[in-house]
Order: sequence, then C-alpha cells, then structure tokens
Amino acid sequence: MAVSVDEAVSTGPARDHTPPARRLGGRGRSVLEVTLLTVLAVVMLFPVLWMIETSIKENRDVYAIPAKLFDFKVTLAHYKDVFVDPDGGRSALSVSFLNSVVVAGVSTVLATVLGVPAAWAYSRFAVKAKKDQLFFILSTRFMPPVVVVIPIFLMYRQVGLIDNKLGLILIYAAFNVPFTIWMMKGFVDEVPAEYEDAAMLDGYTRLQAFRRFTLPLLMPGIAATAVFALIFSWNEFVFATFLTSSDSVRTAPPAIAGLIGGTTTDWGLVAAASVVFALPVLVFAYLVRKHLIAGVTLGAVRR
Amino acid sequence: MSDPVPSTTDGSGQVASARPPARGRSPRLSDRGLAVAFISPAMLLLLAMSVFPLLWALYLSFTDYSATRGGPANFIGFGNYTAILTSAQVHTRALTTVIYVVGAVGLQTVLGFGIAYLISRRTRGRGVLTTLFLVPMMLSPVVVGLFWRFMLDAQFGVVNSMLGSLGLGQVEWLTRQRTALLSLIVVDTWQWTPFIMLIALAGLTAVPKYLYEAASIDRASEWFKFRTITLPLVWPLLLIAVMFRAIEAFRLFDLVYILTNGGPGVSTETLSFHIYKVAFLGFNTGTASAYGILMVLVVIVLTQLYLRYLNKLKEG
Repeated sequence: MAVSVDEAVSTGPARDHTPPARRLGGRGRSVLEVTLLTVLAVVMLFPVLWMIETSIKENRDVYAIPAKLFDFKVTLAHYKDVFVDPDGGRSALSVSFLNSVVVAGVSTVLATVLGVPAAWAYSRFAVKAKKDQLFFILSTRFMPPVVVVIPIFLMYRQVGLIDNKLGLILIYAAFNVPFTIWMMKGFVDEVPAEYEDAAMLDGYTRLQAFRRFTLPLLMPGIAATAVFALIFSWNEFVFATFLTSSDSVRTAPPAIAGLIGGTTTDWGLVAAASVVFALPVLVFAYLVRKHLIAGVTLGAVRR
Repeated sequence: MSDPVPSTTDGSGQVASARPPARGRSPRLSDRGLAVAFISPAMLLLLAMSVFPLLWALYLSFTDYSATRGGPANFIGFGNYTAILTSAQVHTRALTTVIYVVGAVGLQTVLGFGIAYLISRRTRGRGVLTTLFLVPMMLSPVVVGLFWRFMLDAQFGVVNSMLGSLGLGQVEWLTRQRTALLSLIVVDTWQWTPFIMLIALAGLTAVPKYLYEAASIDRASEWFKFRTITLPLVWPLLLIAVMFRAIEAFRLFDLVYILTNGGPGVSTETLSFHIYKVAFLGFNTGTASAYGILMVLVVIVLTQLYLRYLNKLKEG
C-alpha cells in the first residue's frame, strides 16, 4: 500500500503517554516546535505567494525598491497579456500553452497505452530475467537529458522531427513509459491474480479476463499514473528547449523561459504566466496526493 | 508470480461465454505470447528512444564529428575520452557538481527530515501542513528558476529588500562567484526539501507506536527514543530518498540554465551544463558525446547502487 497524506493525518502521535512529571517541559517544547514549523512553512510558501502577488501587481509596484509587500495596486493586466497579444489576437504564450496541452496529453495517452499492458504482463507472467528487465526500464529514466538530447537531436534532424510536436510527444512517451510500468506494476500486484483465474475457469480467455475483470479495478491506478505522467511532460524543459524553436510548436516551459533575456524583463508577465502554468499542476497533484510518494519516486517506493 | 493452469485458454479471444476445452495450444505458450505482445511495444519505444540514441552517442564519442560542420566522422579512438579526463576545465565542473550535490542533498536531507519529524509529532493539522509543504516540489524547474531569479535580483529582488529592512547589507546573489553556487544550492533545497520530507514522513508514520510506549515506560529520554527507535527505523527509507535525489542532482541542468546560465564566469557550471556548452555552443559533437557517455557511466553506477539497495529493502 502506498502511504497517503490522509493516512498520515489519521494516525495519532506517540507521545500521549508522557509521564506527568514532564508535561510542563513538554508544553514549552511543543510551542517551540509549532513556532519552528510555522516559520518553515512561511519560508517554503513565500516564493509561491510572492509569485502570485507579483502577477497581480501594477508594473510600478513590481519594481518598487524596497519591495512592496502589502500596499500595492491590483491589476489583471498581466494575465490579459498572457493570453492576448498587444495588437489583438492570440499571444505566442497562449499558443505555447495549447501546444503543451497537446504534447503532454498525447504523450501521456501513448505512455499509458504502452505501459499499462506491459505492467500487467510483468506482474502476472513469469517473464525471463524479469527483475533485470524492470531495472533496465527504470534506469533509462535516469539518463541525463542533456546527454540523451545530443543523439536525439541528430536522429530527429535525419527524419525531420526537429521543431515538430510529434518529436516531443515520442520522447516524452519514452520518458514516461518506465514510470508508467513501475507505477502500474504496483497497482496490478494489488489486484489478486485469482480473479483472472476464476474468470478463466468460467471460460474467458486470459485477455478477456484482463479486460473485463482486472482492467476496471485498475482504473483508479491508471488515472493516478496518467496524472503523474501528465505533470512530468507538462513541466519538462530540456527536450522542449532543444528540440523546438518556432512559436507554433514550442511548449510553455521554453516559451516562459524565453520571456527573460531581452534588455528588460516584464516580471509581472513572467509571474502571471508562471501562475497560469503552475496552477493546473497543483490542482492535479492535489487530486493524486494519495499516491504522491509512489509518483515522485517513479513508482519505486510504495509501502 | 502466479502461473495458473486453466483448463481453457485461447490466444484469439472473441467469444466470452462457455467454450470447449483447450484447442491444442498449451496455455503456457499462449501466456508467453501474450506477455511478449504486451511488453514488446513499450520495450521497442525504449530501445528506439533511449538505447539507440545512447549507442549512437557511443559511436560518435570515438569520432571527431561536428553537427554543424557536417562531413564524414573520422574515427579517432579514445582521443575524446583522454582529452576530457585530462581537461582541467572538466575537473573544475566535476568539483562544482560535487559541491552542489553534496551541499544541496545534505541540506535537503537535514531540513526535510527535520520538518517531517516536527510534523509527525503534531496531532492536528498534519494533512494541511504536509500539503502546503509539498507545493514547491510540484513546480516546473522553469517556474522555480525564473522566480528565484527575480527574488534574488540584486536591485529590486525581495530577498535583498528584506535584508535591507533588517539593516543587513545587500548581497549580489547571482552575480558573485561564491554566492551564485550557494544560491543554486539554496534554490534546489527549497524545491526538493519537500521530497525528502514526504518520504521521511512515510517512514516516521510507519514506526510502530508500541515501541515508543515501551520506551516511555522505561522512562527513556526523547533523545534516546529518537536515536534508538526513530532513526534506525526511518533510515533505510530515508537513504532511498537521498540516493534518488543525489542521482537527480548529479544530472542537474535546467535550474542552472535558467538561474545563472553557468555564470558568473564558470562558477555554477555543472557537468550537464558543460556538456550542453560543448555540444550546442562549441559544436564539438564527438567530444560532447564522449563527455556524455562518461556521465552516463557514473549515472549507471549510481542507479545500480540505488536499485540494488531498493531491491534489498523490498525483499528484507
């Protein structure tokens, strides 16, 4: 079973049994701990809050020295700039968001379609050198992207996949398949193989047994796995920046990164674009919070 | 795992209801066929997109090929490898990478475990706290890098602004050699402390309560309990998280690219970033490939250690 955040909440603490003699010291300590936690939480969340704040500040206040924490003029102009071009029409950024949706979506579907059956096969059948195969699969995911992108770049140049959404989709699918297999294998392991055996005794073939009995039980797991794959593809930067160049193909991460580097940087716009970009990720991550540990360790840790 | 011996199995699979007994094909063979049919598409994609490119890079690493010059690739043996291994530039980058990995992962481990420990001792509000702490981890490195770049700006950055209002001096975070690497470590720590925290918290909540109760009956001190119960039980899981982070930190590229672009000078150039420069700015594709292969070797060793350990933990 994966340890969930919710589970973590329900378990009580262990120190309810402190002997009375030490209560007072315990209380002082407790106050100290709460204070420490609060300070840490503020530090961890401040950059996020600052990003949101900057995105709704008027430009004058964005560059104010010293920085204005509270009394600033609120504006939604930056958000408008994210989606609408100054001379009307769609902005390059909004196109890149659309590209991100397409690339992340299609690559996730591809990784799921390829990965789920493979995970089921690894879980159910006696595959030769199964452990080695699984380790090999996961280790491809650990390759440094900058190293992989060099031959991929040459390869794509040969077949015309440079600056092409299909190129990104393929590399992201390859990048998510190892994760999907590892994550899904855990979910398949949790469904008793006996269900399929029973179905097969009833005359179903193994494939039918998988489709009719196991697959429906796997749906929540598939959804969670797909959400993580979606997040990984959505956030990816290295391949996106080296394999695409034109505005019509570029995904959001390199497009947002492209906002800086000129003579002046419109930080309000950067902040608004970042918020728009990060919001769906946070919402999705919240939806799959039960499986977060397995998700962020590529399916390797689950207990 | 399970390998049942069903009486009726058929590879084609169309009719659902009761069917006559096996049609001559052994169920085992059919299972094997199914396994191959289900595994090979995923494997093919990995071979095409991961293994083949690496083999190509391996080939290029023995040549003087340049992606822009074009022309035939001349075989030069181990020339690229000796050049890289003896290059003082590469040694500098290796040192930077090691400082960064040790600094960032060390800091994350201490902070992450500390926060997890504090959260695990709370009765109420644990879910909310955990969720809040996890936010940085889910953000794209692009967003994180850009945002910290803005906050650490020497002129109008909010960090210096706060230091100013506390009466402290201004720091040129990203434009001084020493502080730039420190900034990189701080930003990475900010983003990945939640990762260690999440896994440490899983370990901490899994420690059986009766152990603490038994220790309390014996009037053991908090420190004693921590040292003899908490730490030994959480350590294996924590090590998994640390190794995972170390591999990821070793490959770091995007944060450097966004936050400092390797500068000032070369003070924040990690190995990954240096490879990028050699390959895409210097166009020495052959050299960059050799460089990349060497890095892949290190990653493979680290990954093997990690996976072996993970496997041992799962079986034990």
